[in-house]
Amino acid sequence: MKRYIARRLMQGAILLVMVAMIVFFLGRLTGNPVDLMLPEDATAEDREAMIKTLGLDGSVLDQFVIFVTNAVQGDLGRSIRMKQPAVEAFFDRLPNTLIIIPWALLLGMVAGIPLGVMAALNRGGLLDRFAGTVAVLGVAMPSFWLGVLLIFVFSVELGWLPSSRMGGPDHYVLPVITLGTFLVAGFMRITRSAMLEVMESEFVKLARIKGLAETTVIWKHCLRNALIPVLTLWGVFVGNLITGAIVTETVFAWPGIGRLTYEAVIYRDFPLLQAVIILKSILILTINLGVDILYAYVDPRIRLA
Amino acid sequence: MSSSAQTILDVRDLHTHFFLRRGVVKAVDGVSFTLRKGEVLGLVGESGCGKSLTALSVMRLLPKGAARTVQGEIVLDGENILKRTPAQMREIRGRKISMVLQDPQTSLNPVFSIGDQLREALLRRGPAKLKEIMKQAVAALRRVDIAAPEQRIGQYPHQMSGGMKQRVVGAIAISGEPEVLIADEPTTALDVTIQLQYLKLLKRLQRENGMAILFITHDFGVVARMCDRVAVMYAGRIVECGPVKQIFEAPSHPYTRALIASVPKMSGTRGRLTAIDGQPPSLMDLPVGCRFASRCAHVEQRCLEAYPGTTQIGADHTADCWKIGSI
Amino acid sequence: MAVVDRPQSALPAAADTPRPFWRSLLTLRGGAGVRRTARVPWIPIVIISVIVVMAVFAPLLAPHSPIDQTLRDKMLPPAWMDGGKAKYLLGTDHFGRDILSRLIHGARVSLLVALLALTAGGGVGLLIGIVSGYVGGKVDAVLMRLVDAAFTFPAILFALLLAVTMGQGLGTLVIAISLLLWASFARVIRGEVLALRQRDFVALAKVRGCSTLRIMLTHILPNVLNTFMVLVTLNIGVVIIAEASLSFLGAGIPPPTPTWGLMISEGRGRIAEAWWVALIPGIAITLLVLSVNLFGDWLRDRLDPRLRQL
Repeated sequence: MKRYIARRLMQGAILLVMVAMIVFFLGRLTGNPVDLMLPEDATAEDREAMIKTLGLDGSVLDQFVIFVTNAVQGDLGRSIRMKQPAVEAFFDRLPNTLIIIPWALLLGMVAGIPLGVMAALNRGGLLDRFAGTVAVLGVAMPSFWLGVLLIFVFSVELGWLPSSRMGGPDHYVLPVITLGTFLVAGFMRITRSAMLEVMESEFVKLARIKGLAETTVIWKHCLRNALIPVLTLWGVFVGNLITGAIVTETVFAWPGIGRLTYEAVIYRDFPLLQAVIILKSILILTINLGVDILYAYVDPRIRLA
Repeated sequence: MSSSAQTILDVRDLHTHFFLRRGVVKAVDGVSFTLRKGEVLGLVGESGCGKSLTALSVMRLLPKGAARTVQGEIVLDGENILKRTPAQMREIRGRKISMVLQDPQTSLNPVFSIGDQLREALLRRGPAKLKEIMKQAVAALRRVDIAAPEQRIGQYPHQMSGGMKQRVVGAIAISGEPEVLIADEPTTALDVTIQLQYLKLLKRLQRENGMAILFITHDFGVVARMCDRVAVMYAGRIVECGPVKQIFEAPSHPYTRALIASVPKMSGTRGRLTAIDGQPPSLMDLPVGCRFASRCAHVEQRCLEAYPGTTQIGADHTADCWKIGSI
Repeated sequence: MAVVDRPQSALPAAADTPRPFWRSLLTLRGGAGVRRTARVPWIPIVIISVIVVMAVFAPLLAPHSPIDQTLRDKMLPPAWMDGGKAKYLLGTDHFGRDILSRLIHGARVSLLVALLALTAGGGVGLLIGIVSGYVGGKVDAVLMRLVDAAFTFPAILFALLLAVTMGQGLGTLVIAISLLLWASFARVIRGEVLALRQRDFVALAKVRGCSTLRIMLTHILPNVLNTFMVLVTLNIGVVIIAEASLSFLGAGIPPPTPTWGLMISEGRGRIAEAWWVALIPGIAITLLVLSVNLFGDWLRDRLDPRLRQL
């Protein structure tokens, strides 16, 4: 198990380096990164200073070294528009996103997993087809449109829920639903197919031979095994949530890192965008690592290997 | 024929069909046999002849939606269990009738410990405290000759060898003290060296518990070792049934003869191995007459026209062939 | 001592060389009475056809120009509501532009981007999959590492970065969306190729002295086309939503070109007064993606049910 964790850490580190390299090179793609890094009203002196800072007078390798050294020390550039270190801006907003992500994940699981189990049990029947419709719709609707639709129905027409910004619990409802709907479809699908596969297993037959009650067979023996592949998707789903948050936070004017990304794009704030990408990558990698460790713990075949 | 006072399981004219999109597979097509208390009845046949499905039909564990028992009676200890509701079936599973599955690698749930899975089975005997159950579990493991059972209790299936897993499956199967045990090719997936040990274990358990065993296999060697009587199955029906000694010494049905002849012998002259030409008929498209006719050396017109009636050969020995006595 | 086992007779031996995908499609009603052929998804096919026609003949079909502004007629509701005019069937936006015309032209953009991105991203993925699967060894190891990396990181972020560094435009958009696709294509195709590599006809080709390149081109490539087509159809929806999302975020094709994502973004601020501006394009997107996905599922069931786990 320890070896497993060590290996995953190594892989994560390599991936992070790759991301850094790609971001770095994309920045230099257009020939003159200085223009990207400075506001439009920059003076010639500002340009000189920036060239020095970035090490643009040296070789590409030198520049990369400077880039990495700064990054490791927590300096990922300064946001043009917000006039503060990008890293600072990021961590200011991070908690706001971290609040809604778990709720969205919870929504996805609480709605999706039981639906998936029911669909598997009811294979081909009405419930299965209903679940299938939900899944297919969940994937077809663009989440930003869903958000706008929900705002229209619940804020504008019905006036039940607020449409933007943070605030009391009712401010959470619509953003969480928008963010989590896509997940419901995902969880349902994977739970259904995992359950269908597990239900054919020989050990399920043995459970029945023992004369166990059907509910025990399904919820204890089947689901426990079916959840293992579901768990592997957690990492992917959280990754999706973090990117989905970009659009959702924009729609609901929610001050999190998603909205920050949007602002960086709209205002062409390259240093901020660069920092956001790297930091988000670290975030996603960390979460994936956590999920992998959880997975290894939950599956005794790996835990005790 | 058989003294019914001692019969524990009586299967009468059992028909189980598989419903595929392409057609209906008549996997079990009129199977009848009796299992007496304390005896071991072998059910022999090639892959695909319907043996496993017969077993699943008796346990009423057919894959839902795909297969169904359409006709017949299964009389367990005087009661036709085909009439039981699912809940009622669950009551007797594990207690009156139990089963050992073929592949030890997949029979045990990989995410629960051995102790956990044993406990589930033991709790069927009645509620008990955790400590008590754990003691019973250890005792159960010891009974199937597993060394250091206290340690094994906490282990997971992947930490055990195939032979050991199969013993655990055996322990689970008999923990409810069933009167009938169905063993569905329990040694097929084991190493040859382990097979003998396992068979000895089964024999011992059977004697100790006084269980009747329906032993499904395709291996005549196992039949010789384990069984008192044997039923030979072909294309969904039983073609010959009798005491093991008689079947070996004087097989009557052409199929049985061919099977026994094809078994390689240690003694005797070396020659080519005899195999049986041809293939079994498709279970979706069964012929009207005798199903072995296309491969039988003694086939005549009668065989193709009508399915042979049952001929009584000895006190306890029957075969379905038109030409008993003349070949 | 064992009885000689005989194999079960029922199933016919499968042919060694796989059928090309158009053969499967043509035998729509034939085959051994497989019930499933009857359930052709007509409604999705009709919807897709309508949208394709809209896209191709946009200038002919649109009643007005999509970019002309008639401020006097701004924010008119759809024709069937109060205050609507027959002239503007689906109403107008805050610049007085006809929604229907913008919708029709938007279809053009969406489908064009989809076509280009699928060709580019799918094509790259196909190539990498074939090379990686067939050549194996170190090349495979390196390429698969790249694929793993691509899967771990949300490509949308890189798409956004591209938009900022390279500027908005069709090219940037296509490259960005291709980044989303190539990895999943590569992975699946590689799997297919790994299986194909073992087949007899490949061995025969090697014996005959065909070069690796030739084998890849003439033997492997045609046989993965089935899978490739299914992957393409399954991913059209992904591409359309990606394009809409990027447009919504202001990283797609710049205004005034109408794209569905951009329309939703523009209409969002005035949702209270003119809901049709934002909501109608979304319905179009949802219908199109739904239809394409249902069609893709059906196609996959027809051509290669093994891909069901995708």
